[in-house]
Amino acid sequence: MSAAHANGAILTAAGLGKRFNALVVLDAVDFSIRPDEAVGIVGPNGAGKTTLLNVLSGALKPNAGTVHFKGNDITGLPAAWRCRMGLGRTHQIPRPFAGMTVLENALVAATHGAGLKRGEAYDQAIAAIELAGMLKVANRRADTLGLLDRKRLELARSLAARPQLLLLDEIGGGLTDAEAGELVATIQELRRREIAIVWIEHIVHVLVRVADRLICMDAGKIIADGSPAEVMADPEVVRAYLGVGPQ
Amino acid sequence: MTALAVEHLDAHHGQLHAVRDVSFTVRSGGRLVLIGANGAGKTTLLRAIAGAHPASGGRVLLGDADVTALPANRRAALGVALVPEGRRLFADMTVEENLLLGRMTGRKGTWNVERVLETFPNLRPRFKARAGDLSGGEQQATAIGRALMGNPDVLLLDELSLGLSPLVVDRVYESLDALMHSGTTIVLVEQDLSRALAVADMVVCMLEGRVVLESPAADVSREQVTEAYFGLRRESGAMEAVS
Repeated sequence: MSAAHANGAILTAAGLGKRFNALVVLDAVDFSIRPDEAVGIVGPNGAGKTTLLNVLSGALKPNAGTVHFKGNDITGLPAAWRCRMGLGRTHQIPRPFAGMTVLENALVAATHGAGLKRGEAYDQAIAAIELAGMLKVANRRADTLGLLDRKRLELARSLAARPQLLLLDEIGGGLTDAEAGELVATIQELRRREIAIVWIEHIVHVLVRVADRLICMDAGKIIADGSPAEVMADPEVVRAYLGVGPQ
Repeated sequence: MTALAVEHLDAHHGQLHAVRDVSFTVRSGGRLVLIGANGAGKTTLLRAIAGAHPASGGRVLLGDADVTALPANRRAALGVALVPEGRRLFADMTVEENLLLGRMTGRKGTWNVERVLETFPNLRPRFKARAGDLSGGEQQATAIGRALMGNPDVLLLDELSLGLSPLVVDRVYESLDALMHSGTTIVLVEQDLSRALAVADMVVCMLEGRVVLESPAADVSREQVTEAYFGLRRESGAMEAVS
C-alpha cells in the first residue's frame, strides 16, 4: 500500500507534467482526492483542466509524475483498465452509440466498462439509467435525444461502468436553471452513494452547489486549492480570469 | 442618439441556446465592453449583430433601422464591421489587398489606406507582405484596418488580445486609443478587466448566454464584476450561487 493510499486518498497525482511540443500544459501538478470528496476544478480557458482529466483517465500519457488510484500506480495503464478499476469519466462532447438505445448504450458500459455479465450487467445498466433520470427514455435511440438527455446519457454510461471515482468534464454548460438544478441533485445523489467526484466546470455557480473543495488552475499549475469560498475570493484566482481588474 | 440596439436577442448553436434574451443599447460614439467566461455567448452575440450568425429571436437595430433580417453584407453596407476572433485574414493576399477588400462596403468616409497606416505604423513596412507571413500583432492590425476601411459607424472587436503577447496587445491598444475617441461606436470583447474598463464607458457581463450585469464603467466595482462573472453572491463572508 502506498503512502498516498495510507493517507486515505482514493486518487493522488504527484508531480504531473504534460507537454505538447514546446507548450507546457501541466506543470508539476500535485493533489489528492479523498473517497468522500467532491472536488471542482476551475480555471480560465487554456489552464490545462481537460488535459489533466485526460491524464487522470488515461486518455493521455504524462511526460512526468505519477497517478495513484486506490493505492496502485496506474500511470502506465490504459484508460480501459482504469475504468475497470473504478475510475470513470464523462466527455465534454457526448458521443454515444447513435444507433443504439439509451439502455443498450448503458449495457455496453456495464459489460465492457465494469466487466459485468448478463443479468448483473442489465441490473447495473438499469440502475445507472434510473440514477441519471432516463428511465422514461430508456428505449429511445441515442440520436433522437435532446442536449440535456445526451448529457444525462453520458452520465448514465459512466455510472453503468460502476465507478468509485467519477471525472466529470463540463457537463453543466448550456443548461437552463431548472436543468442545472436537476444535475446538481443527481451529483449529490452520487455522493450519497459514496462515489468520489472530480468535476471540471466553467459554470462556477453550479459547481459550488456540489463541490466541497475547489482547485483552480492557470497556465498548467494549481494556483489555489481550498474551500469554494476561499478559492473564489483568492485574488490570484480573480486575476487569472479577469486580469488585474479595477482596484 | 442610439447607434446600436439589441432587443431580446436569441441565438442557438444547434441545440445549445448560446444567446438568451439579450438586450442593450449603445449610444453613438459609445464604447461598450462585453465580458464573461468562456462559453458565455460573447462571440455568438457579436456575430449575430454583424449578421454572421442567425438570430433565433429578437431584433438588431442600427440607428432606427431594423437589420435583423438582413445578411451580413447588407449590414456592412449600413455601417457594421466585425473584427472576428482569430483575425480571419486572407492569408495568401497582401496586407494592401486585405485592406482594400474593406472598401467593398461602398461607404464613404475618412478612412483610407494612408489613415490605416498612420493608425498602425507597424503595417507600413509590411504593406506588400503576404498576410499569412505577418506576426500576430501585425495580423490583428490588418484585421482592424480592413474593418475601418469600410468606414463603419459601429465597430465590433472580438478578443483582440487572443493569441498575442501582453506587450503586443499593449501596442494594439495604444494604436486604437485615438480610434476609441474618434466618434466610432465600439463594442469590444475583452477578457482583461482593467484593459476593458480603461477603454469602455459601458460594461456588460454575460453568463451562460444572459446579461447579468450592465453598468457604466466608472460605477462598477471589482466585486460586482466578479460576482456577475462567476454567478456568485457573497453575503457576510459566506458564498452562495445565484440562480
